[in-house]
Order: sequence, then structure tokens, then C-alpha cells
Amino acid sequence: MKNKADVVVIGGGVNGCSLAYNLAKRNVDVVVFEKKYLSSGATGACGAGIRQQWSTRENAELSINSVKIFESLSKELGEDIELRQGGYLIAIHDDKEMKQAEKNVEMQRSLGLKVDILDPGQINDIVPILDVKGMQAIGATFCPTDGHANPFKTTFAYANAAKRNGAKIYTHTNVINIKLNNKRISEVKTDKGSVKTNTVVNAAGVWSKEIAEMVGVKLPNIPFRKEIMATERFKPMFEAMVISFRDGIYFSQQKEGQIVGGIPIPEERSGYKTIPTFSFMQHMSRTLIRYAPVLKHVNMLRHWTGFYDVTPDARPILGETEKVKGFIQCHGFSGHGFMLSPMVTKLLSDFIVDGKTSDILESLNPNRFKGKKIVKEISVVG
Amino acid sequence: MKKKAIVCRCEDIAEEDVINAIDEGYTDLEELRKKLRIGMGPCQGRVCIQLVMKILEKKTGKKVSKVSLPTSRPPIVPVSLGTLASDKNEK
Repeated sequence: MKNKADVVVIGGGVNGCSLAYNLAKRNVDVVVFEKKYLSSGATGACGAGIRQQWSTRENAELSINSVKIFESLSKELGEDIELRQGGYLIAIHDDKEMKQAEKNVEMQRSLGLKVDILDPGQINDIVPILDVKGMQAIGATFCPTDGHANPFKTTFAYANAAKRNGAKIYTHTNVINIKLNNKRISEVKTDKGSVKTNTVVNAAGVWSKEIAEMVGVKLPNIPFRKEIMATERFKPMFEAMVISFRDGIYFSQQKEGQIVGGIPIPEERSGYKTIPTFSFMQHMSRTLIRYAPVLKHVNMLRHWTGFYDVTPDARPILGETEKVKGFIQCHGFSGHGFMLSPMVTKLLSDFIVDGKTSDILESLNPNRFKGKKIVKEISVVG
Repeated sequence: MKKKAIVCRCEDIAEEDVINAIDEGYTDLEELRKKLRIGMGPCQGRVCIQLVMKILEKKTGKKVSKVSLPTSRPPIVPVSLGTLASDKNEK
């Protein structure tokens, strides 16, 4: 193992790997430690969606810029990430949701996004199998450039490109301690050896809390088990992801034909449990059939769990901690780590290499929760 | 390309596809699964996983631990959404 590096990234999910790529591309000597295999955490359980329709400006800006990167990413990395832009259709159920949707759309359009509010009659033009009455929709918003990509292939493609640019990636390597020297990062110890470095990026998802505790930093993140399912494949019938903030459901039909989707269970609790529940299967099936009755004939193949790494404002925590210099945070994505990863890791690499900050990094910094009013992202599903 | 021995019938993956992926550096059973989608089809790995394990052991010379086998996912066998959504009192 190498014994020193400019930057050590902890976590081999999509954010850790894309950050390693962005840094290595700029000639930074970077090492990644992953305790299991690449994409073994939240990335590997991800619903694959890429959405630009948000209530907060930071998330909208991050995702709009991320989509621009996603659009040319297969070419840039030399591997197909299976991007498909079939749009996101967000159901609107009542006047209150309509008012919020109008506000969101206005903000999103001010950032240059093409997004429309649909009448109930237009919903079936986008997704023919939806029962507009059953889903209780008085309208919807639709953005045609939203979509999905393959999170595993994106992670592997980033990792392979990072390695080609000189990054070293060690899987099955557990970080056991981080040493400080005068409140600055000095060394990372793993079960396979130690690396001297002045910069550590904490991209360990729901395990970021444990990493931060090694240097005495407390994080406000809370892990939530989330469940998701895939059906058997059948003839492609629609391309859009359908979501509802009220019902918490999201589902889409992937290119190969399977429906992939999730919903929170009514008795949801925080914690590190990973056992799938029967409650999910029932709740998901019932809600899905209410939205698209024809799907009652389709078989569920498998259902699995993954984590949302949730922060108090449901927005990521990005940047250096006040308490420990050289300790950079890249976690707390609250269920949106995959879709935001291209732009987040670009901004963080600019910060690490040039010391360059931005409005987004300023407003999503790790120190924002202390005694200040929280602006919460409310456009959340799953 | 002429495919000889099919390893995964659900995803149409041949032995040489597995060997190529291992040569590319995907030497973890879970990474192979995510790269090739083996074990994600209707059989849920009953047909392919044992075969992929054998190929992996042969290529890397390392025994694949039973502990690292992919997790079994409910409902184990395909069940229709209509059945899952039904009430116990319904016929």
C-alpha cells in the first residue's frame, strides 16, 4: 500500500469514486478506501433516478449542472452509464401542492430548466397506464430531461477512469483511525496499513458519522432504512419516472422492461436495520396498483433495502469542518447522492485543488446547523 | 461473437463474459453481479451464482467465502403485485 497521498477519500460509492476521478484528472495524488466492494452501500441499492425538480435552489442548481455532466459522461469516461432521459412526472394532489409546484417551477425555470405544469388530461400522454382518478391527481409537473442511469456502471466507470488517471483504490480495506496533528489531518490508519495525508474526504454515506467520530466531530446525520423493489420485465410502456411527494411513491420502467420503485412504510423508524419488511411489499403493491391498475398482473421479483443518510434539512453536507482542518465532508445526501454526484464532486475537487468556494458550498457547509434557521428541502420521496 | 457456455440464462451471460469481467478487475462476486446483472433475473441466482463462484475461484485461485454470497431477496419466487396487495379476507 502507498504510504502517503495528497488526498484520502473514505468510501467507494458513487461520490467517493467520482471525487477520486475529478481529483486524479487534475493530477492530485488520491487514494480511496472502501470497507467492502465498490457501490456496496447506498449506491448499490439506489433507485437510479436523476431529478432536477426541487424546492430549494441549491439542489436544483446542483442537479441541473449534474444532468449536463451526465449527458456527456459515457463519452468522457469511455463506458456506457446507461443514461435515459424519459422525464419525471410529479403528481399534484391538492391546491396546497399546486401552489408549491407553481413556486418550484418558477424557481426552476429561472435557472433555465424546461419544466411544465400539466392538466390531469395530459398525464396519460406521458404515462398511458396511469389511472389519474386512482392516483388522485389534479395535475402534475413534468421535466423531460430528468431520467435515470445505472448507478453501478456509473460508479465503476468513475473508478476505472480514476485509476487510469493514477488514483489508487483499495477495496475491502477498513479505516480504523484518523490521526491529527495540531487540529489538522495527518494520517489515516486502516487494517491493511497507514497513509500520511493532510486531507481526508469523508464520503462514507451512513457510516460517515463513525468516521467523523474518529476525529471528535459530531454529525447530525440519521440513517433510515429504505426499501425498493423490481418486477419482472415486460414490454416497455412508459419512459418517465412517476413520483408523488404526498404518497412518497416513485416508480419507473427501465429500458429492459422491469418496474423499479419504492415507498416509505407507515411504521418507518431510523436505524441501521437492513431486513426487508412484508409491510413494504404490501404497501408498495397497493399504492402502485392504485396508480396503475394494470400492474396487478405483473410479478414482483425481488425487493431490497438501502440507506438514506438524512440530514436535518434533507440536503447534503459539503466542505471542510471548522474544528478539524483538512477534513472534508461529502455525505448527508438524504436519498439523492447518485443524482447530485457529478456536480457535487466537481465543486469539491475545485475546493480541494484551488481552495475555490461557491455559493452552493457556502450554504451546504458542515457548520450550518448551529443555531441557525434551517431551510428544508421538501421535495422528497421514498 | 460465438457464445458457448451460458452461465446466466435470465440475462444471457456466457462463461467468457464472466471471464472477461474478471480480467477487467471485477474480482468480487457482488461487483460481478452488479456489472453483469447475474442473479437479478427471475431465477434470482439459483442457476448462475454457483457457476460464477466456480469460475471466480478458478481464475483468482481464492476461495469465495460463503459469507460473501449475495443476499437472498424476498419474495424469493416471483409473486404478482395483485396477490401481494390483496387482503387476507379477500378471495
